Amino acid sequence: MSIWEYANPVKFMRTSGAILPWVVAGAAICTVTGLVWGFLTSDDYRQGSTVKIVFLHVPAAMMAINIWVMMLVASLIWLVRRHHVSALAAKAAAPIGAVMTVIGLITGAVWGQPMWGTWWEWDPRLTSFLILLLFYIGYIALWSAIEDPDSAADLTAVLCLVGSVFALLSRYAVLFWNQGLHQGASLSVQSGERMSAVYRYPLYLTMLGFGLLFLALLLVRTRTEIRKRRLAALQAREMRA
Amino acid sequence: MIDLGKYAGAVLGAYGVSLALLAGLIWQTLAANRCARRNLERQEKNG
Repeated sequence: MSIWEYANPVKFMRTSGAILPWVVAGAAICTVTGLVWGFLTSDDYRQGSTVKIVFLHVPAAMMAINIWVMMLVASLIWLVRRHHVSALAAKAAAPIGAVMTVIGLITGAVWGQPMWGTWWEWDPRLTSFLILLLFYIGYIALWSAIEDPDSAADLTAVLCLVGSVFALLSRYAVLFWNQGLHQGASLSVQSGERMSAVYRYPLYLTMLGFGLLFLALLLVRTRTEIRKRRLAALQAREMRA
Repeated sequence: MIDLGKYAGAVLGAYGVSLALLAGLIWQTLAANRCARRNLERQEKNG
């Protein structure tokens, strides 16, 4: 058995339909439990109750970047192997990534105002994250603007390659430039404990929940795109007959 | 009742906006999927 079997739309629909209820259940349990647990944690001695924003801000920002990386992989598969499901999966992921980026920016601004004294700063990480949002919007707009689906998939794949620079930049900007307000990673496997377990465990759970939520939404949206593509093919065949 | 202190507005605002955006995304995803499935079923029945 090969992973490329799932590039067959029929096989993808059958497999995704079978796993979807489990993914939805996992996403709901992890996200709701993680957010409620996080909301009920005690206040931080320095940040007060604003520390509770971490349970939205970090998972959303993490997913905003990871979704673009997933789109990059799917776009490369489209460019190299011409599997339609991979192009449709990249298209389906973009609106989810855009919403995650908006959540990351809004929660960051709301958190930054009381902690930094400003809603916004042209800090390397914040700026590259804003540019990532513009790339998401441009990517979605480009898919809508081109009628031929294969041409749209080609051009959006190239846009995705270019945008990847900003996706990676927004993750590693604090390492490249030692300036700006945004701190480095709160969680790291290399640097030991940076965050108390009181906050770390609910944060892990919300990160898992957001990951599963993305997977559930991605499967549903890709199934929608496959159905739309099949409908267009049937209508085209009817027109020719 | 949880006391969020002087940052109650910021915390509740962040949670409110984020949950509203996620709810909107989920609703739009399900609505588009329902619409696509209905249109395809109609086409397959008529075609």
